[in-house]
Amino acid sequence: MSSFEFASPRTEAEAVELLAAHDGQTAVLAGGTDLVSLLKADIVTPQRVVDITNISSMKGVTSVTGGLLVGALTTLDEILVHPLLAGHPSLAHVADGVHAIQIQSAGTLGGDLCHLPNCWYFRNGYGLLGTLNGESLPAEGRSDFHAILGNQGPAKFVSASRFAPALIALGAKVRIVGPTPDQVTLLPIEYFYVTPKSSDQRVTVLTPGQLVTHVWLPEVSSTLASATYEVLQLEGLDYPLASAGVALEMNGRLVTEARVVLGHVAPTPWVSHDAAEVLKGRSIDEATAQAAGDAAVARATPLAHNEYKVQIARTAVKRALLRAVGQLEGVS
Amino acid sequence: MAERKHAWGPRDQNVLIGKEITRLDAPTTIVGSAKYSADINSKGTLFAKLVTCKHAHAKIKKIDIEAAKKVPGVKAVHLFKDIDENEIKWDGDLIAAVAAERAEQAADGVKAIEATIEYEVLEHFVDEENLEAGKTAERAKELGSASEGDVEAAIKGAKVVHKGYYGIQTISHMCLEPHGSHCEWKGDDLDVHLSTQNVSGTAGQFAEPLGIDEANVTITGNYEGGGFGSKFQADEWGLAAAKMAKEAGRPVRLMLDRATELKTAGTRPSGFVEVTVAADAEGKVVAWDSHHWGTDGPGGGGVDVQQLPYPFKFPNFKRSQTGLECNTGPNRAWRAPPHPQLCAMTQTALDDLAAKLGMNSYDFFLKNLEFTLNDKAGTYAEEMAIAAKAIGWQEKWHPRGEGKGPVKRGLGMALHRWGGGAGPCTCEIKVHPDGSVETFLGSQDIGTGTRTIISIVLAETFGLPLSGVKVNLGSSKYPTSGASGGSITVGGVSGAHRRAAQDALWTIFDKVAEKYKVEADGLSAREGKIFAGKKEVCSWKDACRLIGPMPLVVKGEGPKKDGLTADQVGGVQMVDLSVDTETGNVRIHKFVCVQDCGLILDELTAKSQVLGALIMGIAYSLSEERIMDNKTGRYINADLKNYKLPRIGDVGELVAIMHQPASEYDRGVVGLGEPPVIAPGAAISNAVANAIGVRVPVLPLTPKRVLDALKKGGNA
Repeated sequence: MSSFEFASPRTEAEAVELLAAHDGQTAVLAGGTDLVSLLKADIVTPQRVVDITNISSMKGVTSVTGGLLVGALTTLDEILVHPLLAGHPSLAHVADGVHAIQIQSAGTLGGDLCHLPNCWYFRNGYGLLGTLNGESLPAEGRSDFHAILGNQGPAKFVSASRFAPALIALGAKVRIVGPTPDQVTLLPIEYFYVTPKSSDQRVTVLTPGQLVTHVWLPEVSSTLASATYEVLQLEGLDYPLASAGVALEMNGRLVTEARVVLGHVAPTPWVSHDAAEVLKGRSIDEATAQAAGDAAVARATPLAHNEYKVQIARTAVKRALLRAVGQLEGVS
Repeated sequence: MAERKHAWGPRDQNVLIGKEITRLDAPTTIVGSAKYSADINSKGTLFAKLVTCKHAHAKIKKIDIEAAKKVPGVKAVHLFKDIDENEIKWDGDLIAAVAAERAEQAADGVKAIEATIEYEVLEHFVDEENLEAGKTAERAKELGSASEGDVEAAIKGAKVVHKGYYGIQTISHMCLEPHGSHCEWKGDDLDVHLSTQNVSGTAGQFAEPLGIDEANVTITGNYEGGGFGSKFQADEWGLAAAKMAKEAGRPVRLMLDRATELKTAGTRPSGFVEVTVAADAEGKVVAWDSHHWGTDGPGGGGVDVQQLPYPFKFPNFKRSQTGLECNTGPNRAWRAPPHPQLCAMTQTALDDLAAKLGMNSYDFFLKNLEFTLNDKAGTYAEEMAIAAKAIGWQEKWHPRGEGKGPVKRGLGMALHRWGGGAGPCTCEIKVHPDGSVETFLGSQDIGTGTRTIISIVLAETFGLPLSGVKVNLGSSKYPTSGASGGSITVGGVSGAHRRAAQDALWTIFDKVAEKYKVEADGLSAREGKIFAGKKEVCSWKDACRLIGPMPLVVKGEGPKKDGLTADQVGGVQMVDLSVDTETGNVRIHKFVCVQDCGLILDELTAKSQVLGALIMGIAYSLSEERIMDNKTGRYINADLKNYKLPRIGDVGELVAIMHQPASEYDRGVVGLGEPPVIAPGAAISNAVANAIGVRVPVLPLTPKRVLDALKKGGNA
């Protein structure tokens, strides 16, 4: 770990001003579950770490016109039990899947959205794209946990956020403040993530000095069904091999509108219009869920070591759909 | 007077032996007052960090360790590699160490050195499963072969012949407490707190390279956070700590970081095998023909060819081995070396042969017990029956792959053997005139309950409560005892202590007999009293007062062939699990181990050994493996995120059944530490094959391997 300045602002305005300094060579500290390991390994070496945990405006869940505002500092265990989020089971499914009470207690929604890739080349110091002498290591080396979709460019890691698929499916937006305190953006989370083309680019649209303060969730209708299914190898703390967040607008048993978003399969959360298309006008059963899963991975381009993830992603979509309509049985 | 012979007492008269007794040091380890080497922090202690190589194969062309000395707080620097002569042979190999006032200053010192290093990067080879690539890279060497009988003729005349490919990946020891030590000089004397399985044997390993007398070195190891066969040595990092402590004139603590612990401090060799195995119409194996390969690191060795097939000797067999010299961390003994690999490579192939024969695996193994080594066929048969009942084998077993739906259930079994004879031990027992008892020995409690079982033996022998005896171990200044490896500690320490305690007791009985005018032969010690037959003669304290003003000191030794200890244990394991064929995930429902190990001193610690072994077995069977990256040559998952270990939720219901008929008790004490970790690989792999109808050839059975095997399809 390298030395850095430490700042602990009380307001969003103070935070963005602190983050904008040092030409943006700054880092946000919330729960610390990602940042601290990156600091210890010298993967990120900020000149200043800004601890945002004392910014009270970024905590809790409040009702606003047309939906809910969820503070970026809302912890996973709060998401699990918050009464205002009861209508969004897909979020609780994610929080419940983080099988570590420490991370559920300390980890935050904003931290999850901004979590950097778990790619082992990135974490071993080969840069965001994992390159050595100009060659792509995931392409040439071990790609067991890498992307099967959207991997034709130089980025082959998978997006690490566990909440993003569910949030995108729900039509959520992210509230971004900065680089000056008066600059506030409300951006659909689908557009929050970008695929870097070079190692100096980022995995989100955030520019130096910008801070994710809240997630806005649209009001849910009584006919909306949502779910997340993560395929985890271990019952303990583990990252999903693939996941899917789905939101279905239902008319009786028929799907009128579907949003299917895969996680951990591409450098960004992966919105599958192909899967959504399969579902429109049909009822959810084993066969339609399977068809949607097939459609979601039909264009997959697995790397040398991760063809198995195609099947896992297919299963995640199928089971998320079945879970959304209460038909997931016989599997954990 | 009747002849006095060292022996265990009648089983039904034992007060402590064979009961379930909680480990005596459990409270200190749970509340954190137990001091491990990593906890030692005497005044002025410096913290050390390591410079390691990030290349799999390289030469250092330039390095300047003086750069670290300019970093504030750095007090000493050590260079591991002679630049002119040494090659770096694996990712994570040690280059230099830095000791500083604070850990972060040591880390800055490491960075200062790293900035000065220039490497000449050399060709690497890490693809240990790929025999052909190893040959092409000229990294393969033939390691011997053996044969008996006429394999070709036997195969020709067999009813069923099966050919298969199987394997088991390299794993690291992953000790919870990494390797390391705290070294402190007191004048010419060196005190080392060492995380070790070898308290009595490591002082010399420090003394000779440091140019001091062994008498000047004290090794202390009161607690150890896991070793599994990897902590018998002073190690170059231990010597570095001692040298830096000398240079700085300050104590130095050097514990390996997690990545270095995984990369450098020990691995279990991999094994991959091509097998042809054949059986007659009855299902008896008539021939075994195997060639296996793998690596133990730069040495180019692997899993010993002489022990395949395991633990069988079939009428006709051929076996041969190729070793691959890889740029991977070197091996160290890993719990029951190399039986887990042997078992996984043998009994998966046998189970596939059973399936081909259309036989229930249980019947097949039963039929072939006559070929097991060490005359244990009868015991295995008893254990199989007990295990089958515990898991419901006959009710639940089905031919391969018959389940409906995406989640399929299966049963599998395997069996194992181990030596476990008593190791060397010397102890000195003191019975004080006030009746208190203590013992001194240079053994170690590596978390397995050594203190507890010694206390049980002494308390049982003297008829005292456990609180009436005190065990002093963990110092090289105590009487010499062997290292804890090979499951030899329990036999070693219990035999030596029983002998010494009985000798002491007989001395006391003689004094009691003289004083109270009773026959010494008829005396017994129990409940803190001395009895003549059923009649109380005196209290234990009264008896001990007869010793005189100085304590009675008795030396105990072992091993001896007096019947207190024996060797050879066996066990049978059966597992009931499910495979999710849509995700490749395997979930253990129930895992039964029936284990024999002679006379059991503490049933609770014995069961704990079994349960711990099953968990470790589930780890290497389902998720735990070293992943080498061919491109960079690096151990790419050397962290606790990607080196996947099971948690409680992953292990299912574990059942340890200690098989202890009178014949086992009469054998005496036999070691148990390692054997239950041998069979899980084959048992779990066989259960997965039973569930899905396809063999997943290589352990661990990750979702990737399970789904790849399902996609490939075909019957085993």
